[in-house]
Amino acid sequence: MAIEVRIPTILRTYTGGEKAVEATGDTLSGLIDTLEANHPGIKDRLIDGGELRRFVNVYVNDEDVRFTGSLETALSDGDQVVILPAVAGGA
Amino acid sequence: MLTISQALVDEIVAHAKRDHPDEACGMVVGAEGSDRPERFVPMINAAGSPTFYEYDSTELLQLYKEMDGNDEEPVVIYHSHTATEAYPSRTDIDLAAEPGAHYVLVSTAHTFSGEHGNSEGPVEFRSYRIIDGEVTEEEVTVTDAVPGS
Repeated sequence: MAIEVRIPTILRTYTGGEKAVEATGDTLSGLIDTLEANHPGIKDRLIDGGELRRFVNVYVNDEDVRFTGSLETALSDGDQVVILPAVAGGA
Repeated sequence: MLTISQALVDEIVAHAKRDHPDEACGMVVGAEGSDRPERFVPMINAAGSPTFYEYDSTELLQLYKEMDGNDEEPVVIYHSHTATEAYPSRTDIDLAAEPGAHYVLVSTAHTFSGEHGNSEGPVEFRSYRIIDGEVTEEEVTVTDAVPGS
């Protein structure tokens, strides 16, 4: 089961510069584990204390996973996953 | 060094004044690899706060897809500080995720002070690189040229 994962600039150091990589998984959590197996270090940039990091946005087929079950979001063949760091800050 | 047209500087400053006392945020995007800010993209501050800004997650995705489709990238990522100087805060540094972008900070802290009437006070406009937690201020060169001409 292949799922395309779009990687943001800041995380391409883990993918050898690739903008998109393939991964597998029945859930987002499983997908991130297979990403980690091929691109060690990337998981820690996405997950903290078992939760998706507050300032990392992940979308499955254009839907923010925060509204679809977060790490438990179900995935199927052909889904597209996009990872984008939040654009945020403040005084 | 950031080279940017006067027209774009004016747009950013106007946006910061309009949203004061909340923080204003947005980007100026340009062709990939060009380092030329061309298309002004004001964003809504989903946090609606005087001390914090964040793009709405759905609008963020739309913007990145749009840039992808146009072979564009963020050249300038701007936001305003409304009570403090135009220098990246600890939060700004921790969350900066575009090492190739110019981070523009504008401050409206003195823009609306009594001595300057309603909104005639100075707006501080400064630019930085923020890479791996390290902040480097850079020179800003403002040109008169209309983008694309």
